[in-house]
Formats: sequence, structure tokens, C-alpha cells
Amino acid sequence: MYRLKDSGSATLVIAALIGLWWLLVLLTHSMIFPTPWAVVAGAWELVEDGSLWRHIGASLMRVVVGFGLAVCVAVPLGLWMGWVRGAFATLNPIVQILRPISPIAWIPIAILWFGVGDASPIYLIFISSVFPMIVQTIVGVHTIEKRYLRAAENFSVSRRVLFTRVVIPAVLPQILVGMRIGLGVAWLVVVAAEMIALHSGLGYLIIDSRNAGNRYDLVIAGMIIIGLIGLMLDGGMRMLEGLRWVRWRYVH
Amino acid sequence: MSTKIEICDLGKSFPSEQGRLAVIENVSLTVNEGEFVALVGPSGCGKSTLLNLMAGFIRPDAGSVTIDGEVRSKANSKGILISQQGSVFPWLTVRENLAFGLQGRDAAEQARIADHYADIVGLRGFENSYPHELSGGMLKRAELARALVVKPDILYMDEPFCALDALMSLRVRNELLRILRIERHTVILVTHDVEEAIHLSDRIYVLSERPTRIRATFSVPFAHPRKLSSPEAQQLRIAVLRELGVELDEPSEPLVRPQVTPLAHG
Repeated sequence: MYRLKDSGSATLVIAALIGLWWLLVLLTHSMIFPTPWAVVAGAWELVEDGSLWRHIGASLMRVVVGFGLAVCVAVPLGLWMGWVRGAFATLNPIVQILRPISPIAWIPIAILWFGVGDASPIYLIFISSVFPMIVQTIVGVHTIEKRYLRAAENFSVSRRVLFTRVVIPAVLPQILVGMRIGLGVAWLVVVAAEMIALHSGLGYLIIDSRNAGNRYDLVIAGMIIIGLIGLMLDGGMRMLEGLRWVRWRYVH
Repeated sequence: MSTKIEICDLGKSFPSEQGRLAVIENVSLTVNEGEFVALVGPSGCGKSTLLNLMAGFIRPDAGSVTIDGEVRSKANSKGILISQQGSVFPWLTVRENLAFGLQGRDAAEQARIADHYADIVGLRGFENSYPHELSGGMLKRAELARALVVKPDILYMDEPFCALDALMSLRVRNELLRILRIERHTVILVTHDVEEAIHLSDRIYVLSERPTRIRATFSVPFAHPRKLSSPEAQQLRIAVLRELGVELDEPSEPLVRPQVTPLAHG
């Protein structure tokens, strides 16, 4: 939680940057680069004709589907790879090879496989967010403290109880960290993916505004909106850290 | 009294940079049913390893651990280990922790038994608290209660009080003695605190430096509640310390000590 004083100084810095931006545009008499006010006016235009909501909705939908699929794959796979030594030995090299490949590098193949519809960006979001979540879940399993596993062994509980009562609750905070990273990457990638093709989304808005008459006011408005939504997504994930199932991890 | 635990020529070594490091060598001991035995030794001597061998968490290289006439090969809920660092699950409430060993019974019964033991160890009112909301002493009680819930034949306690301050340690020790009067368990206590061993146990095994061997055995024939200030207890303390290599020149009644030290009451 930000203290009032902290958020006050942050607001001050943002105001100073906007002031500087405004000043520089006026001093250089730029014909193309917009003033902050022109950006606000441009954004308002998008609000009024309703296209802003359409673009935001399209981008968010792709993130929700792609990220959701990635969670469904990464969490069970990460638990399995973390728990079963053989699974880790077999699959970890593949994960480590695929992980550093930039999602941008996947774009040609995504278009080849999935065309220019919604499936392409969804695939790119999936491929970029699934690996951080797999890795984080594995780390979570590997770092469960031995004393807890011993205690479970001591009470000779069944495998099912061991997983539902010990392993999964112990790993949950790490899964949440992975999800936070994954969602951040997903939001980065959706915008990049939408710049390539498609007819909706915030990425498309930016490229289309430039191509259709150098509307840099809309380009910057799009960028700022992307940043604000990213901030809100991260804030939402951080709120999950307050849930009772994971709070134990953050209190010390 | 029947023999509960019999250890024969137990040996254990671990790999290290200078070849294999012998931690335990030729340890033989017996523990009777319902007996409270303390294993006292210097820090790092392999006491914990011995306890882990007895509880079945690790396998010996030589010799055997026999419990109720059967060779112990793996851990089970007949002997619960209470570890030094504590292993109360931080993601479960006190009630859920206490009911952990009761999986398979219906939820209402689990809660009833858990709450009964929470009450016994003095955690009534904290059933829905999480471990991070408890003090160190309460955590120890919760761990003890979680073990008692499954009615284990044997409690293995690995320096359970050493993380507590002196006052809290004394309280939990008295609590343990009170519970053991109600529910009879065989207890193996590992400790480096001689007074603690004299306060609690029926018999003391003094262990040597690594590799651990048994140096001496003392019986503690005092009735509870015990007064550690009594001359007999002091003599025993000096004798045990001497076996541990500590010579005390001080008089049997140390100067700075209250006249009466009622270590156990009620």
C-alpha cells in the first residue's frame, strides 16, 4: 500500500514530466508531436465514438483467453515436473530452450498456423506467459521446506491429502508470483501482436492511428491507456496476495 | 515393564569431503513402555540423527531399531517427531493443523477431537487462528497437540524447547508433564540442557561427541513435581555435567539462586 506521502511525490513527478513534455512541444514548434492536451482531446474523441471500449475489450478478451489457457497448462504441468524427478529431467530442457524465445519471434509462425484472426495473438500470449508460470511453480515445489514434508510423512496421510493439504497450499504463493509475471508478459505481448494484423485492439489502434494520417495524439493516448490498464492488472494480481490461503507467506 | 524400543549396535555415517563421516557408532539402548528417556549430549553430536533413525526417517548403515518387536523401516503415525524448528503448517489454521492426522474421519468428528486437544494444551479460543498469529510457546503447544491427536505410542522430541525463552520453556515443560499424566506416552527427548533432562525424564543417556556413543546412563528417581534445587538433583546435575566434560567447582547450592525453585506445580 502506498502511503499518502509516497503517492503525493509520485503525482508530482508525473505532473513535472507532463509539464516538461508540454514545454518542449511548445518550444520546438513541432507540427507532428502533440501536446498533452491534444492527447486528452484525442482520447475523448475515441471515448465519444465508442471505439476506445471496443479496442480495450478486444485486447482484454485475448489476454483473458490466452492467459487463462496458460494457467490451466502451467500449474498442473509445473506441479508434476516439480514433484516427479523423471518428469523434470525429461521436460525441463525443452522448457528451458523454448522459454528464452521472444514471443515476437513466434509471430510469423503464429500467423502461418492461426491466420490473422484472434487465435494468433491468443497463441502468442499463451506461449509467452506459460513458461514463467511453469518455472515458478516448479521452484515452488522444489522449495517446500523439508520439515513440512516430513511431518506429512510422519502422519502417513494418503497421496491425495499430501497434495491437497501440503504441497498445493505450500506452492500457492509461488504460483501467484508466476501468475503476476505471466499476466504482465501477456499484456506486453497482446499489444505487440495486435500491431501485426487484426482490426481491433489497442495495438491495432496505435498502428492504425499512425498509418491513417499521422494521428500521434491517438498513438500516445493508446500508449498511456495500455500503461494504465497494465497497472490495474498488476494491482488486481497483488490483491490476490491478500487472500487467506496465501497470506501466511507474506506476514513475516 | 515391557520393552518398547530396542536399539542394537546402531551405526550411521554420511558422505563428506573427507570421505565418510561417522555420526553414530555402536549405539545400543532400550526404552521401556511409558518411560521418559532423555538423550543428552553436546551440540552437533548426532543426537538429531539418532532420533531420526528411531523415528524411521532415515535408515541405519548398521544395526537396527526395533519397536514392539518389529524392525522400524519407515516413519508412521505410531511415533510422532516434534522437530526443533517446528513443523506446524503455516497455511492451515490451528484446528486444521490439529486435525491433520485425522484425515478420513468425518469433518465434525475431526473438529471435535482437534478442539479437545487444543483445550488440553491451552489453545482454546485460538482454533481458527493461523500459526503466524501465535507466539513461539503457543506454536510448540500446537505442534504437541497435533501429535497427541493421533494418540502416538511414542513421542520423539528434538530440542523442542530450545527456541523458547527460559520462562516459556518452563511453562511448556510443565504443560507436557501435566499432559503425560493424563495420556501415557513413551517419550524420547533429545536435549543439550541437563536441567531440562532432570526436570522431565525418568532416565538420562549421556552421549559423547561425534561419532555418538553412549557414555553413561543415569536414572532420575525423583517423584514429580521435582525441585531442581534439591541436593540430590544438584548432585545428579553435577554428575551428568561431569560426563559431558564440564567440571563444576561451585558449591552444590549456587549463590545466585532463589531459596526455593518450584519447577513444577499443580
